[in-house]
Amino acid sequence: MADLDQVQVKEGVDKDTVDAVTTIGGAYKYGWETEIEMEYAPKGVNPDIVRLISGKNDEPDWMTEWRLSAFERWTGLEEPTWAMVDYPDIDYQDLYYYAKPKSMEVKPTSLDEVDPKLLATYEKLGIPLKEQMILAGVEGAAATPSEGRKVAVDAVFDSVSVGTTFQAELAKAGVIFCSISEAIREHPELVRKYLGTVVPASDNFFATLNSAVFSDGSFVYVPPGVRCPMELSTYFRINAENTGQFERTLIIADKGSYVSYLEGCTAPQRDTNQLHAAVVEIVLMEDAEVKYSTVQNWYPGDENGVGGIYNFVTKRADCRGARSKIMWTQVETGSAVTWKYPSCVLRGEESQGEFYSIAIANNYQQADTGTKMIHLGKNTKSRIVSKGISAGHAQNTYRGQVSMHPRAKGSRNYTQCDSLLIGDKCGAHTVPYIEVRNNSSRVEHEATTSKVDDDQLFYCRQRGVDEEAAVALVVNGFCKEVLQALPMEFAMEAQQLVAISLEGSVG
Amino acid sequence: MALAKTKQDATQERLATLTLPDGAAWATAARADAVARLRQAGLPGRRDEYWKYTDPASLVQADVVPAAPYQTDEAPVFGQIDRLRIVFRDGVFDAEESDDLALEGIEIERLSDATQMDIHWAKNLYGVLEKRGQDPVARPLATLNTGFATDGVVIRVTGRPSKPVSLVYLHRKETSDAILHHIIHVEEGAALTLLENGPAAARFSKVLEVEVADRGAFHHIRAQGRDHERRAVTHIFARLGDESLFKSFTLTANGVMTRNEVVLELAGQNGVAHVAGAALGDGAFHHDDTVFITHDAVGGESRQVFKKVLRNGATGVFQGKILVKPGAQKTDGYQISQSLMLDDDSQFLAKPELEIYADDVACSHGSTSGEIDDDAMFYLRSRGVPQGAAQDLLTRAFLAEVIEEIDDPEIAEDIQSRLESWLQRRG
Repeated sequence: MADLDQVQVKEGVDKDTVDAVTTIGGAYKYGWETEIEMEYAPKGVNPDIVRLISGKNDEPDWMTEWRLSAFERWTGLEEPTWAMVDYPDIDYQDLYYYAKPKSMEVKPTSLDEVDPKLLATYEKLGIPLKEQMILAGVEGAAATPSEGRKVAVDAVFDSVSVGTTFQAELAKAGVIFCSISEAIREHPELVRKYLGTVVPASDNFFATLNSAVFSDGSFVYVPPGVRCPMELSTYFRINAENTGQFERTLIIADKGSYVSYLEGCTAPQRDTNQLHAAVVEIVLMEDAEVKYSTVQNWYPGDENGVGGIYNFVTKRADCRGARSKIMWTQVETGSAVTWKYPSCVLRGEESQGEFYSIAIANNYQQADTGTKMIHLGKNTKSRIVSKGISAGHAQNTYRGQVSMHPRAKGSRNYTQCDSLLIGDKCGAHTVPYIEVRNNSSRVEHEATTSKVDDDQLFYCRQRGVDEEAAVALVVNGFCKEVLQALPMEFAMEAQQLVAISLEGSVG
Repeated sequence: MALAKTKQDATQERLATLTLPDGAAWATAARADAVARLRQAGLPGRRDEYWKYTDPASLVQADVVPAAPYQTDEAPVFGQIDRLRIVFRDGVFDAEESDDLALEGIEIERLSDATQMDIHWAKNLYGVLEKRGQDPVARPLATLNTGFATDGVVIRVTGRPSKPVSLVYLHRKETSDAILHHIIHVEEGAALTLLENGPAAARFSKVLEVEVADRGAFHHIRAQGRDHERRAVTHIFARLGDESLFKSFTLTANGVMTRNEVVLELAGQNGVAHVAGAALGDGAFHHDDTVFITHDAVGGESRQVFKKVLRNGATGVFQGKILVKPGAQKTDGYQISQSLMLDDDSQFLAKPELEIYADDVACSHGSTSGEIDDDAMFYLRSRGVPQGAAQDLLTRAFLAEVIEEIDDPEIAEDIQSRLESWLQRRG
């Protein structure tokens, strides 16, 4: 999604990648705003707003009721304070819960009817909403479509999905890929069966709020035995001011299916903070496999910590079937505050969960992120590799839980979380919870904290690499294990992001 | 935030059963301050994050759960070591059983005597380190101890005494509720080895405040012996000066409830702090090691090594934290927590934390949990070693790293043989 036309990206880290840092100059690239007429619901949240959002999406009564009961529960909940993040109180009645471009009033029937301004927005973000071969980040991909790979995109703009590509082609394979609002209308039986079964409406403060007011998001159903013919992706864009984005994603991978799902997000540069509280639920049946990759690049605030997105996200995968496998990969570079723990419930026997994460916090960013591996089934396996990098005045926390239940005999977990500090004003923290309730399971946890190695830096400097580029190089090496787990498009972009986010952190 | 009603009530209920000891003005002031702090913080409850894995109810409640003293024919721990014995019976100093308190290079007094004196150096330590240790995490049971401790020792180390000081805690009464508070000041360049052993009481609360001045050394070896029904909550609060050394080792075998907290502050440059523990849990056993090490000076080294062997439903808990404050560069922090589970009923719960605000540091932690390695067991069995003996051998090998934390070879030997005999006694 990054505009990398000028850059020839190669395998691994090379000088070209590093040069990109200089070219881009460290500024947040996606900070511009689309000037477009919006329709807002009144500020604040109450049962009427919940009904209004539900009504806007033409939802059936059961959905409205579900939202209302979530809202009622939310009013009795307190905002969690255990994370190592510090931000001023959020006035939940002083933001918009629903904002949609006026041109979306009548839902376009095809991408051709979508407001050109919206299409241009995504074009500018590097996500052309055209059914063409897209290989983001590689020069000339668009020009030679026959050699590229297909990626279907669901584009969410503030509160609504503006379009989903390749729906027809996916339908031929039996894959349903659409916005969640469309799924509630078109496939209510599936939504009703699975929505809220992985992340219940009562799960936590932010997830409960999301359950009440989510406006859109993506829905995926992959039928038994189907290997999804292309990668699916969702691109979230916050544009309107003072607006919270609450998207909800539901992915169902039926028996023996496979899907790789990518998620990206950006927002304009503003000096006020904005709230983003998403929920992602993934259900995996027997032998199903899902790869979920995120490059989170919400506006992080400026170098003085002004502005930025508050990112409170609940993501969870439920490996219900035996031998199912979920792999979360995340590159967290954006947001002023991140509160995010993509988790795996390993219920099915021999199911597997993996979590690969790079979290980079610069300037005054605060990231509290990690995962939960809940081992319930026999012979389940999980692996956690987390790399946290702090620079400037940032605070970066890994928070994770590995729980082996008494029934989860013969299970395994391996956790490695490393932190890197760049500069003496930042902080890096590790808060793992390890709970082992049977003796045939093995749990191993390792964590280290270090600074950028002087010898490595000296080596690079001696060979004429300037200091910032050298740090980027060393950091890329540090993150390699995680970068390798990303799908190719993301890996390239992530390498760029790693470099960009550390701009200005040396010296 | 206002204290929850249930906590207020629980705190009030406990306070109602206790009487403030009298003493000199400074001691009374320190105790009053503790009571005020306790009312504010409240006694811990199950929902407190810091008690996530250990239910403090039996340590908090007003009534002691009766615990029959454990009858044994075992020879006392440290019995062969030349030492100065100070005996407490159910939390009360026993002059007859104790040795003469005079020893070169050291001054020993009873806490109840020291707190009667209008002018005493203990004023600068009593409740002081405990109070410092309340931030960032409250430790209300230690505060309760400061308020109501009835006995203990006050030790000033001025030189290098020829033998260790040994605190022996006897448990004789079924409902004894002992609150002991010790203060130790190791002066510049001085050194002390402190031994502790015995269950002390049905319920035992102990706070040890240790100040180690520049280039001083403090060695602490503790054996919390076999007494199945006893409950204990202990706190060590220590502050270390430049180039000082602090080493603490604890061997615990059985006991229905143990919470050992160590709160250490490396305040001087190049200080070294090692905290180690080996726990053998069999049956109704809940053992919690909670360690909080703060590096607040350049060049400090800290090491936490904790191993637990668990069987028959025993629970092992480890909460360890290394906090490196801004400016504490060149810190070397290491932490390892491991459990060996001999059967399927036991559990190990760990929260090993790092919180780091300085960039030129090397901090690492590791935690593992699992059963005896099949290959190792097979190797021994195939060479004719019986199952039980092979298990003991592998268990000893697992614990060897912790025993190595004891510097004195004679004491290490004593602990090692104790560990072996306790391992062999099933039940």
